[in-house]
Amino acid sequence: MRVKVSDVTAPTAEEDQDPSATDTRDGAALATDDPSPSGEGPRRRLFGDRVGSVEILAVVLVLLVLFRNPLSSAISSPRLQTWTTVFVSVMVQAVPFLVFGILLSAVIAVFVPRSFWARALPSHPALAVPVASAAGVVLPGCECGSVPIAGSLIRRGVTPAAALAFLLAAPAINPIVLTATAVAFPNNPEMVVGRGVASLIVAMVMGWLWLRLGKAEWIRLPHRDDEGVPRSVAFWTAVRHDVVHAGGFLALGAMAAATINVIVPERWLLTLADNPVLSVLALAVLAVLLSICSEADAFVAASLSQFSLTARLAFLVVGPMVDLKLISMQAGVFGRRFAFRFSPATFAVAVLVAVGVGAVVL
Amino acid sequence: MNRQAQGVVLLLLGGAVLKASLTDMYLRYVKAGLQPFLIAAGVVLVAAAVMTLIHDLRGRADTHDGHDHGTGGPKVGWLLILPVLGLLLVAPPALGSYAAGQSGTALTSQSISDYPPLPPGDPAQISLLEYASRAVFDNGASLDGRSVQMTGFVIKGEGTELILARIILSCCAADGRPIKIGMTGDAPHDLAADTWVEVTGRYSTQHGTDPVNGEQIPYLDVESWTRIDPPKNQYQ
Repeated sequence: MRVKVSDVTAPTAEEDQDPSATDTRDGAALATDDPSPSGEGPRRRLFGDRVGSVEILAVVLVLLVLFRNPLSSAISSPRLQTWTTVFVSVMVQAVPFLVFGILLSAVIAVFVPRSFWARALPSHPALAVPVASAAGVVLPGCECGSVPIAGSLIRRGVTPAAALAFLLAAPAINPIVLTATAVAFPNNPEMVVGRGVASLIVAMVMGWLWLRLGKAEWIRLPHRDDEGVPRSVAFWTAVRHDVVHAGGFLALGAMAAATINVIVPERWLLTLADNPVLSVLALAVLAVLLSICSEADAFVAASLSQFSLTARLAFLVVGPMVDLKLISMQAGVFGRRFAFRFSPATFAVAVLVAVGVGAVVL
Repeated sequence: MNRQAQGVVLLLLGGAVLKASLTDMYLRYVKAGLQPFLIAAGVVLVAAAVMTLIHDLRGRADTHDGHDHGTGGPKVGWLLILPVLGLLLVAPPALGSYAAGQSGTALTSQSISDYPPLPPGDPAQISLLEYASRAVFDNGASLDGRSVQMTGFVIKGEGTELILARIILSCCAADGRPIKIGMTGDAPHDLAADTWVEVTGRYSTQHGTDPVNGEQIPYLDVESWTRIDPPKNQYQ
């Protein structure tokens, strides 16, 4: 599978600062490939050693349309039907945010010059972290959109610590999410304060932790063929690539979330509500498993009224930062080695900070 | 997955999202307010697909597929066909009695202290959530003994009893939670789960407990009921 590892691991910190390296590499790729006459390319795919993706796709779609009725009756049991409804709805709900985030990240990748970030962010990484966290306030979206944006920022030379702080802060502290929290908890306005403060602290702590412990080679951004081509082509290439890539991992996460939604009955959970320690952990884990959009999770938290406010704060702090669809998308966009270190660390920090802030504010 | 296939998948996804959002179908999965954003996203996806296919036909910026396969990434793009199939072929129904039975009634302690008077009309048309909050937190005071009308679907309660339920959404069906109301008096009976009814009745002091989360389920003293077709938007 991993042919060309040397190629795809490319954007380490060193290469990121040196655009010419990427340019030459892509130039070489272009040069070797361009001469192939356009007429022969598809034919070779059709009759060559492997059948092309489009042909497979066409066959699969035709088969599915033919077997539509058996397919529908196969998933007519209420459980499978609920699974399908939840899966489709998670995808439908996430698509606008994903597309919005991808458009923004393509703009960053193609139209915003590298020098802009050097001027916009403090040059010292430790100072860039809090600035980037606070900048999350201006991105009114949920978490699916911020993953490609953070990837794009790193690609454009923003220090990973700052980009990761932005990734964590943006879905949790934007005005829409905080307003939704206020509406869901009309009697506990301190939940809004707690959520904003705790999320900001977690984002900054994770940014600084990355500066101390993070290794650039853990982040492996997918290779993109968008250097050295006209900007409009590069823009749409970036959009196409990110939708297919991040969207595919979103689908994987949505499948996991739908499965949890259907197979884990609420009753199990409620047996843990009375224990102060277990209740915090239970809701933190639930936030990871359910993968609810950060704009809606406050309403779910409000309905978990058997749990303490601290436990519900943990649910609200963990949810937008670590959940199944985010882990899946981060593994896709930043690489598995990154996601399997970053997500557990974020989870631990988020739970501790939520409990600490809860003790002070609630 | 090569570039043409990616273009086709984008076209299918964009088309499916547009189809769902330009008809009432999207209401089964997400809140109504998301419609303009869904249409915009669908248009962008179709545009990205068209641009991809145009660039591909012109053979501009041509690079070989080896890169994409190397990351193992775009292979995952095949999964994007699943939501397309879900929307175009399967089109699953809105959440119903199964989901309502799995979760506890979503009444929370987050009640407001002053309930405004009921809307005018006899009977007054209100939502299940409104009735349940007024009945539980206000002990029915603001219901004022008036006749109210609600629509919802039925789920099986204890024994032969039927419970009136409706799913409330904050964002999408993944966060859908049921509101449940018990029925006494001339209550519907012998109906299959998921049958939609319109019930008219008055506040009842009787109340029960949700077996799932132990929350209180208020009751309605039903005066009359009729079977109805499922509404366009089955959520509240």
